[in-house]
Parts: sequence; structure tokens; C-alpha cells
Amino acid sequence: MAVLLLAEVNNGELSMDATAKAVSAAKSLGDVTVLCAGASAAAAGAQAATIDGVSKVLVAEDAGLGHRLAEATTDLIVGLAGDYEHIVAPATTDAKNVLPRVAALLDVMVLTDVTAVVDGSTFERPIYAGNAIQTVQSSDAKKVISFRTSTFDAAGTGNSAPVETIGGASSDLSTWVEDKVAASDRPELTSAGVVVSGGRGVGSEADFALIEKLADKLGAAVGASRAAVDSGYAPNDWQVGQTGKVVAPNLYVAVGISGAIQHLAGMKDSKVIVAINKDEEAPIFQVADFGLVADLFDTVPELTEKLG
Amino acid sequence: MKVLVPVKRVIDYNVKVRVKADGSGVDLANVKMSMNPFDEIAVEEAIRLKEAGKADEVVAVSIGVKQAQETLRTALAMGADRAILVVAADDVHDDIEPLAVAKILAAVVKEEDPSLVLCGKQSIDNDMNATGQMLSALLGWSQATFASELAVEGDSAVVTREVDGGLQTIKVKMPTVVTVDLRLNEPRYASLPNIMKAKKKPLDEKTAADYGVDVTPRLKVVKTSEPAARAAGIKVGSVDELVSKLKEAGLV
Repeated sequence: MAVLLLAEVNNGELSMDATAKAVSAAKSLGDVTVLCAGASAAAAGAQAATIDGVSKVLVAEDAGLGHRLAEATTDLIVGLAGDYEHIVAPATTDAKNVLPRVAALLDVMVLTDVTAVVDGSTFERPIYAGNAIQTVQSSDAKKVISFRTSTFDAAGTGNSAPVETIGGASSDLSTWVEDKVAASDRPELTSAGVVVSGGRGVGSEADFALIEKLADKLGAAVGASRAAVDSGYAPNDWQVGQTGKVVAPNLYVAVGISGAIQHLAGMKDSKVIVAINKDEEAPIFQVADFGLVADLFDTVPELTEKLG
Repeated sequence: MKVLVPVKRVIDYNVKVRVKADGSGVDLANVKMSMNPFDEIAVEEAIRLKEAGKADEVVAVSIGVKQAQETLRTALAMGADRAILVVAADDVHDDIEPLAVAKILAAVVKEEDPSLVLCGKQSIDNDMNATGQMLSALLGWSQATFASELAVEGDSAVVTREVDGGLQTIKVKMPTVVTVDLRLNEPRYASLPNIMKAKKKPLDEKTAADYGVDVTPRLKVVKTSEPAARAAGIKVGSVDELVSKLKEAGLV
């Protein structure tokens, strides 16, 4: 039984956290071969080879694989699929873009956002924004799976798996135009140990600086509710929730967030949740370990200062 | 240009989900159902393309139980020109998997020959996020998922996508499948006169068998359970108390 794992590679760089978590999710399924694909992917491949539990790394470099465009990446994976029973990836937006396309071409169902492996064909995944957990058994010969990284611990490093270079793929169906990526020194949202999130209660993009200051004091990543993103207070890639990012840090601080179901879906597996909200009826208090009913404009600066 | 918009009938997003006591699934009997919110955004975008003179016909299609015709009437009331209902299940609890839906849609595309298929990026029931990508694959078309901006320019479309690191803009060849994200637009409400008019718009009824598609699930649901509940926490009275609790827990 062999597993092909599509590593998360962006602009030649391996996302170690997402990839190592997917390796730990996949290792009970069989020998894990990691595929690093991109316009440049050799450095990512060398790094992936250090992840414990990886038996082989395949590196595919081709200008056509740059920017993780779905069509070319899919063709590459489908070409390799014959040797593998499981084709898996961390559940990033890139993998969610590619894996269903792979599954359709293999005439199998895809399993997205898997949170637990029961056996080689049986998996758990959340449905209805995490309001139910479904255990499903696949009858397909090949299983195409994305793993929700927040529920798996990252595999360690120290391995030196063999690296093999393979041919690339390209497609003229789509072309890259540009990326708009905000540069930040903060930890990445999905792997941060602490996350501070702001909601509609923050009230403006300017006042989101309060959230950012508290986050920086805690060495935290910054998150936002959908309401805050929709209102333009925060960029889309900060969104935590059913359709944004799913996080499970040691500490999650929710500020001015009411706690809509689709937000809770993205953070309720956090180890400790702190909620600050002036509305004591806010549903966020039902999941908070520590709730403080207070005006965030007084509380957050005070908290930032006292954590010094 | 013709635009095809698949829409799904799902539990209304305001309804509290109840897992059935026997673990067989989520209770959908006598529960308010609505159009999947992402699909509403897709319908709205299609109508805006028509209003802007870029599209000349908007066709809504739904696959599922017969009651999905209510969802199609909603799409027609918003401004779609006509609708196709593909009946593929008798029981509201039978969800048709994205692979089967994509196969039926691919057959509908062969008949209708649209230049653009606009879908929601995921449905809020099974949260699979797969149908658009699968349809694009089966047709051998380009795809642009998680769209927050869409501009159709001749034989290509420029799409800005919401991705993990921020935004990515790509150019895709038409015909194409675009799946839409939350911030593409704000869907309109159907007015009462338009709801009345929608009752007279054409709605064709087909079955999965008409398209020769086997909808037998590939995934067997072993059980459906409630997620683990969080233990109730405490309220603290001040910032000082919060700081000392966090210090006690070794978190700061």
C-alpha cells in the first residue's frame, strides 16, 4: 500500500508545518512518497526528505507547475496515480483546488478536510460546519484525501529520504497573472500557538490595530471573523471559520466576536478559548474557557499592557 | 454567452443542525430548506453578467429531490431565465455525491453548451468543496475556484481567487468553470412581482437516468455523530483576573 502526498510548495518554498502534519495523518496508510511540484521545487524536496515517516520524495520542476495552477498539477498527479492507493494532501486552498480535479479524472470520490483515519478506507470528516462528524467508508479503489491539518501533530524531522527528479507537466488552459500576498512577521495563522481574532465589534479597519497590538504582545497570529472580513476591517486570508481557515492553537482570544456557527467551526478545537465581548448573551461565551463581559476598547489595551 | 448555474437545496443556514439519535445522519424532515448561500452568489453573478450585456441567457440547474424545484424557482425569481431539475433521489436524506452531480452536470453542459458554469465553492451541508473542480475535470475545461472577482473578456476570464496567503489572480480560457467565494457579491432578494413571474418561467424536469448517470454513492456513511462538546468555562470579572487565570494555566 503506497501513499502519494502532495506537499504544500509556494514559490519554491515548502510549507513545513502543513506538509509534516499531513505526513503524520497519512503514515498509517502505507509508505509515504512526497511530491514537491513547482517552477522550482528542488529545495522544497530536499527539506521534505527530512520529515520523519517519508520513504521517498519526488521533485517535479516545470514552469507550467508554477503558482500551483490546478490543471497542470492535476495532470502530473494523475500520471503518477497508478502506483498509489491513497493520494493525499494537507487541506490548503491549493490542495482543495487540485484534489477534486484529480479524483474526477480517476473516477473516484474525494474526501476533503478529513480529521481522523479509522482504517485504510474509513475516515472521519466534519459536515454542516462541524455541527456533525461523519464517518464514511470509501468503496473506491483509490482514495483521494485532504487532511485538516489542525487536528494532526506535525511529524518530526531528522530523516533523509531519497529524492528522485521526475518530469513535469504544463497546461495552456490557465495562466497566472499576479499574487497579492501581505508580508508579515507574525506566525502563520494555521500553525500559530496563539491566535488573537477580531470581529464586527472592533468596528473599523483602523481599530483592528488594537487586535494586532495584543497579538504582537503575545507573539500571536491575527485572525478575523467573516463579519470583520466582509466589512473590510481585515483581509480575507485572516478569516477563521467554516469557509476560511481552521485553527486549533493552545490559546485563542476572540475579541468582539459574537460566535456565529460558521466562526465556531473554525476555532472550537482550540485548547483554551478566551472571549471578550460586551454582549453577555453572545454565543461565543458558550465555548469560552474564560469569558470577560466588557467593552473591548477599554479591555484590550489594558490586557495588552498588563501582559507585559 | 450562455451561463449555467448549478444550485443546491440545503438546510437553511439559520437552522440549528440536529444529528439523528440513531447516528444515521442529520435530521432534515420538516426542516426549513433554502438555496445553498454560495450558489445564491453564483446566481447573482450570472444575472449581473446578463445585466452588463456579457451574458444573454442564465440557466439554473438543480440535482436532487423533486422539492429542489422550489430552489430553482428562487433562482428564476432572482432573474435566471429558465431552469432544469434533475431528479436523482426520492428521500431528502439521500445526498447525491459531488462526483455523480458533476457527471450529470457534464451531460447537461453537453446539451446546453454554455461558455461559463458558475457554481458555489461548497455547499453548507456536506462541506465537500468538490463539484466545480470535478465538473471542470470531466469536461477538460479550465477552472478558477474561490472567486472574489470575475471579469469575462472575450474568450477568456480574469478571476481573482481567495487563497491561503491572500489573493491570486489568474486568466482562464473559456469555456470555464468558476466557483465563487463569499465576497464576490451580495445576492439580491427576489421581489414579489419577480416571484410571481418566476412561476411562469420554463422549468424542465429530467432524471439522472435520462443522462445515463449512476448516482450510487461511493462513500458509505458508517455513522454520523455529534461533535465533542466543550466543557463550560467561567466568566472573569476583570482584566486582572483574566491575566492571572492565563498565567495559572501557563499560557502567557
